[in-house]
Parts: sequence; structure tokens; C-alpha cells
Amino acid sequence: MKTDIILAGVGGQGILSIAAAIGTAALNNELYIKQAETHGMSQRGGAVVSHLRISDKPIYSDLISEGEADLILAVEPLEALRYLPYLATKGYIVTNTTPFVNIPDYPTAEEIMKQLHQQTHLVAIDADKVAEDLGNKLASNMVMLGAAARFLNHIDLTALEKGIAELFSRKGEEVVKANVDAIHAGKTLVDKQFQD
Amino acid sequence: MQKVLLGAEAIAQGAIDGGMSGVYAYPGTPSTEITEYIQSNKYAREQKLHSMWSTNEKTAMESALGMAYAGKRAMVCMKHVGLNVAADCFMNAAVTGVNGGMIVTVADDPSMHSSQNEQDSRYYGRFAQIPILEPSNQQEAYDMAYAAFDLSEEFGVPVMIRITTRLAHSRAVVQLSPVRSQNSLKLPDDPRQFVLLPNIARKQYRKLLAGQSLFEEKSNTSPFNQYHEGTDKTMGIIACGISMNYLMEKFPEGCPYPVVKVSQYPLPRKLVTRLSEETGYLLVLEEGYPIIEELIKGYLEKEQVKGRLDGTLPRDGELNPDHVAKALGLPVHKGNDVPSLVANRPPALCVGCSHHDVFKALNEALKELGDGRVFSDIGCYTMGALEPYHSINTCVDMGASITMAKGAADAGLIPAIALIGDSTFTHSGITGLLDAVVENSPITIIISDNESTSMTGGQESSAKGRIEAICEGVGVLPGHIHVVLPVKKNHESLVKLIKDELNYPGVSVIIPRRICVQKNRRDIKIKQVAKSI
Repeated sequence: MKTDIILAGVGGQGILSIAAAIGTAALNNELYIKQAETHGMSQRGGAVVSHLRISDKPIYSDLISEGEADLILAVEPLEALRYLPYLATKGYIVTNTTPFVNIPDYPTAEEIMKQLHQQTHLVAIDADKVAEDLGNKLASNMVMLGAAARFLNHIDLTALEKGIAELFSRKGEEVVKANVDAIHAGKTLVDKQFQD
Repeated sequence: MQKVLLGAEAIAQGAIDGGMSGVYAYPGTPSTEITEYIQSNKYAREQKLHSMWSTNEKTAMESALGMAYAGKRAMVCMKHVGLNVAADCFMNAAVTGVNGGMIVTVADDPSMHSSQNEQDSRYYGRFAQIPILEPSNQQEAYDMAYAAFDLSEEFGVPVMIRITTRLAHSRAVVQLSPVRSQNSLKLPDDPRQFVLLPNIARKQYRKLLAGQSLFEEKSNTSPFNQYHEGTDKTMGIIACGISMNYLMEKFPEGCPYPVVKVSQYPLPRKLVTRLSEETGYLLVLEEGYPIIEELIKGYLEKEQVKGRLDGTLPRDGELNPDHVAKALGLPVHKGNDVPSLVANRPPALCVGCSHHDVFKALNEALKELGDGRVFSDIGCYTMGALEPYHSINTCVDMGASITMAKGAADAGLIPAIALIGDSTFTHSGITGLLDAVVENSPITIIISDNESTSMTGGQESSAKGRIEAICEGVGVLPGHIHVVLPVKKNHESLVKLIKDELNYPGVSVIIPRRICVQKNRRDIKIKQVAKSI
């Protein structure tokens, strides 16, 4: 059983923290992981992507093959579209709807949402709003991690919480709690969408 | 004991555990994380392993060779183009040989994610005629750094470890080996070994040549090189470094074709010969230039070899599992196309960055003179070539801004402007400045000083607090060295200053100085953490 995840966003939006949280949880569950990151030039406000692979068997390639990603987890809607060739037919897109506009030819939000809704399996939430409502604007990446939780095979919410606690323990209990709350908020919202 | 490590970090950990006494490096993507890991590693700090940044790759290589001269184990790290800067020492270090073990770790950047070219450092390894190790995964990266010191000491030559961006920046679990102690201080047995006077150099070089067959035999039996049996002998595959993973990815139950995995060079001739004899034709999978493919195929193309040269694989760019699948004739199940509205999102200068103020002033100052006279360099400010500024006309190599401006001025393009950062200036700008001073060339040099090596993550710049003193020491007239604060309210005065200096028919240096916003934020955080402890 493997889960191949494309994590997409803009440099500085915190996709490496999402990757680290999932990665730590996977290791605690004694799974294999490989995680290819974007460092260097593109981190300066450019498009960034991380290939995160989790499996109960050894993993060879650091990169995911086209058409084989189980999940595109995007903290920015335009970035969700950038990696469509990687998505498997059965795969899901879980994306934030708040645009990060730092280029002159950024499309309108309507155009982007129209394209997103043409995809077969889409979960779209306004993570920035959810985070703001929680009083922690910076935690929108963790809201997105919560939103994607139901698609992470063999990693449940408890494992994610433990992963977060390990990652943020040095920053104090308050930071851990804020991030755990953000995950819960994201997960609850998406679980509700699936019940409806 | 196991750890989750980037490929770059795995090399760092392997060198620490392998008994290294020091690392020397200048930051450069994708190699930076190696040295940063050692700088922050607890054991390395306790043991006081050297890990301060060097001024450039050449000074780093020479310092590492000095440490190896003294009998200790040293590593020098750089990105591929950094080896061009250090090549003089590198080539000669193969001739002097080493006393303590020496690893030259070079991180190549195929696809040019953060680079000016995608040169393949394995050519340099062959050029110097030393063994090269090319890990296929994070575990091998660790094991090779650990073992490379032994290899280097066994043969008495530096050993190259070559990685590429993908492995450098990808994480996996790595099993660690027991920590070995450092070598003790010991002078070389032959006191003339490192004196490359012609008669000694000739002797040393013959020693290097005599070692070649031994290096090759070592490759034949290296645990990093393997012959994998296969039932379908129509084709044999040579998989170098990380490409082995892409091959295994496509055949998780085992490859039906015989495979030679190559992670140690010179090429293991026995394994490759056997593969060639047992199979119909060869497919070479290699990350970077088609160096092995060319070698095996030969000028007369007597071997039937497929790879990057005949179009089976793309001629440039990094490999990925999809390229390898296509080369193997396997189907690729590509998902939906990227909608046309998805615009590129290139990197950009940060909000509040001082380079904004410099470009705005420079553009205004140059309005009347017109475009085409700004020679720039490697750093965040290279983004001044893009929207919205279009301020710069060149970006070639570290330090080239000053010397290219000088050459253009020599040709009659007067005034010419050089735009360089503080760290790049100390890396390779000072000697060019001396050239300009000697001839009093009519150039205006803007050293946009953000007190940081920012593009690679805000490392300390060797220039800090020293730039105007360096310029004056090199011979720039004090009246033509100006330090200014690049902020909005100083825009008019900066424009006027640039215009004035452009009218001066000699060397002038303008230093707009304001700390990098990212570096500043990080420094404040570090101070806060220090306070709370």
C-alpha cells in the first residue's frame, strides 16, 4: 500500500511543514518515506513542490511518476492546477481557495475555480478563512493538512497530532495546540462535506 | 541508530561519523545543506570540527588540501560551477595526492533549478583521474562519505562524491554506522610530495597514472557497483547513480534485463564488458551529460548503445521515472494537461528587499544614457533582469560583473556599470576591482550590500563590515566610495549620486547597504530563542 502526494504552493507558504508533519507521522507508524523538496532560487516567492511518498514497502524513486499521485495537496489554488499531469485517475485534489497573487498575469479566481471544478475528485476549502477564524492566520497550511487527513492511508489523526507535537515541541505547548486545532478544523470541515 | 536526512545531510553525517576534522565550503545550491548540517550538528560542535564558510570554492579547496596535508580528514563542498573556481587546486591536488583523506563533494544541478549551466562534474573527476562515487540514494550518500576517507587514504588521492539536486534535496531514513575518531596530526612521509616543481610533479603524475588500474580494479569489486542478472538478454542496462532508482521504480519486482549499477568510477570495466557480451545492445541511464554513453559507444560507434545521444532519453535536463519508462518502452499514464491559464510563477525579490530601491534608482539614473550597460552577477539581484525592472544585461559567473564592465568600457561603452552583491564581491570581485583600479577604468560599481549571502539562505558574508575598507585598500579613491542607505526617502539622493559617479571618468564604488529582510527576521528569531534560554 503506497500513498504518493504532490504538495504544492508558493515559497514561504509552509508546505515543508506539512511534509514534515506527515513524514514524522509516517515514521512513527514504521512506514517508508521519501520526500523530495524544492530549495534554492524558487523559494523566493516562486512555485514550490514537494513529492512525498509513503509506503509499507521500500520506495525507490524520489520523484512520483506522472499519473500516479493519489493526492495533490495544494495550499494555493493556481498551484493545484500546475501538477495535474501527476494526478492518478482515482486521485484527489485537496486545495485551499485563497489565491496568492504575486504575478501580473494571475488568472481570476473564477477562472481557476472553474478549472478546478472540472476535475473529477475535488475538495476545496478556504483555509485562510478557517485559520483566521481560529485566530491564527499563519496556520492555514495546517488547516490544509487536516483537510487532507482522510486521504492519508495508514496515517490517522492521532498519528498526525503526535507528529505535530514532535515537530513543534521546541516552540512550546501553545504552538503545538494552535497547530493541532488547525488540523481538527480542516478535518471537521471536509468530513462534513463528505457526509452531506 | 537512524535519522531522516536529506541526501546532502546524509553526506555531512557520513563525513562526521567517518572521522572528518573539518569541512570547507562556499554556499551554493544544491550543496549548501551539507555544511549547514555540520555547523549545527551537536557532535561536530563539541569536537570543534572546522565548518566556517570560506570566501570562495578555491580558498575552500586549498584549505581542505592543507588539512589533508597535515594528516587529517577533510571535506570540501561546492555546487558544480564552484568547481570551476576551485579547478586549479583540484587538478593539482590529484597530482600532489593527499596524506589524510580528502573528499571533494560536488552537487550538480541538471535542469538548472538554481544555476547557470548543467555541467557534469564526473568530467572533472575523469579529468583529474581520481575515483568518483555517485550515490543512488540517501543511504549510499551516507555510506560513501564514510567510506570515501578510507578510499582516499588507501590510494593517497582525493576522492570525488558527485550528487545531483534531486538526491541532495530529498529525504529518507538513513542507518548510521559507529562514529570513528579523527586522525592525529602527521606530516607526509615524503616531504617533497606537495612541492609541484616540474621534476617532482612529473614523478607524482606518474604515480597517479600508475594508480589508474588499481582504481579500476577497486570499481570492479566495489560494493557500490553491482551486476544484476536478468532473463531478457535483448538489452543490457547501465544505471548510474540516482537513475538506478528510476529503473527499480519501473520494475519493483525486479528488472527483466541484466543491469550494471554504477556508483563508483572509473567505470567497472569487467562488469560492463560482461554486460556487453551477454546482451544485444546497451541502454545507458545517467543523470547529467552522456559521459558514459559516449565513452562506451566511442567515436566510431562500434557498440550499439542507446541513451541521451540517440534521443532514447532527453539530451538535457534531469532524469525522472517517466523518461526512464519511455526509454524502456513502458506506458506512461499521464494525468490531465495543465490548463493554459496556469501562468509561470518565477521567483521574485522579497517585499521590502533593499535591491528594489537600488533598481529603482539605477533605472532612473540610466534613463538618458539608455539600456545595455549594466553588467551584473550571481545573487538575488539577478532577478533584476525580470519584471518589473529589466535593469541588468548580464549574469555569467561569480565576479564577472566588474571585469565585464571593465572590458566593455575598454571597448568604448562608457560609462559601464557593474552591479554585484556583497558576498559575490568578496568571493570573486576584489581581484577584478584591482584590474579596474590599475587602469582607472571608467566604471561605476554598485555593491548592493545586504550583509548576507541571501540566495542560498542567509549565510554570513565574509564581507560584513569590510567592504569600503577593501575597496580603499585595493586603491579606489576614498572620494569615490559612497555608503548609502537604500530606502524610499533616499531615492532622489541615490539617483543623483549614481548620475554624478557615472560622469566621473574613473573607478567609483557605491555601496547601498541595508540588511536582507529574511536574514534580519532570522537573526531576530535566533536572538529571541537565545534570550529565552
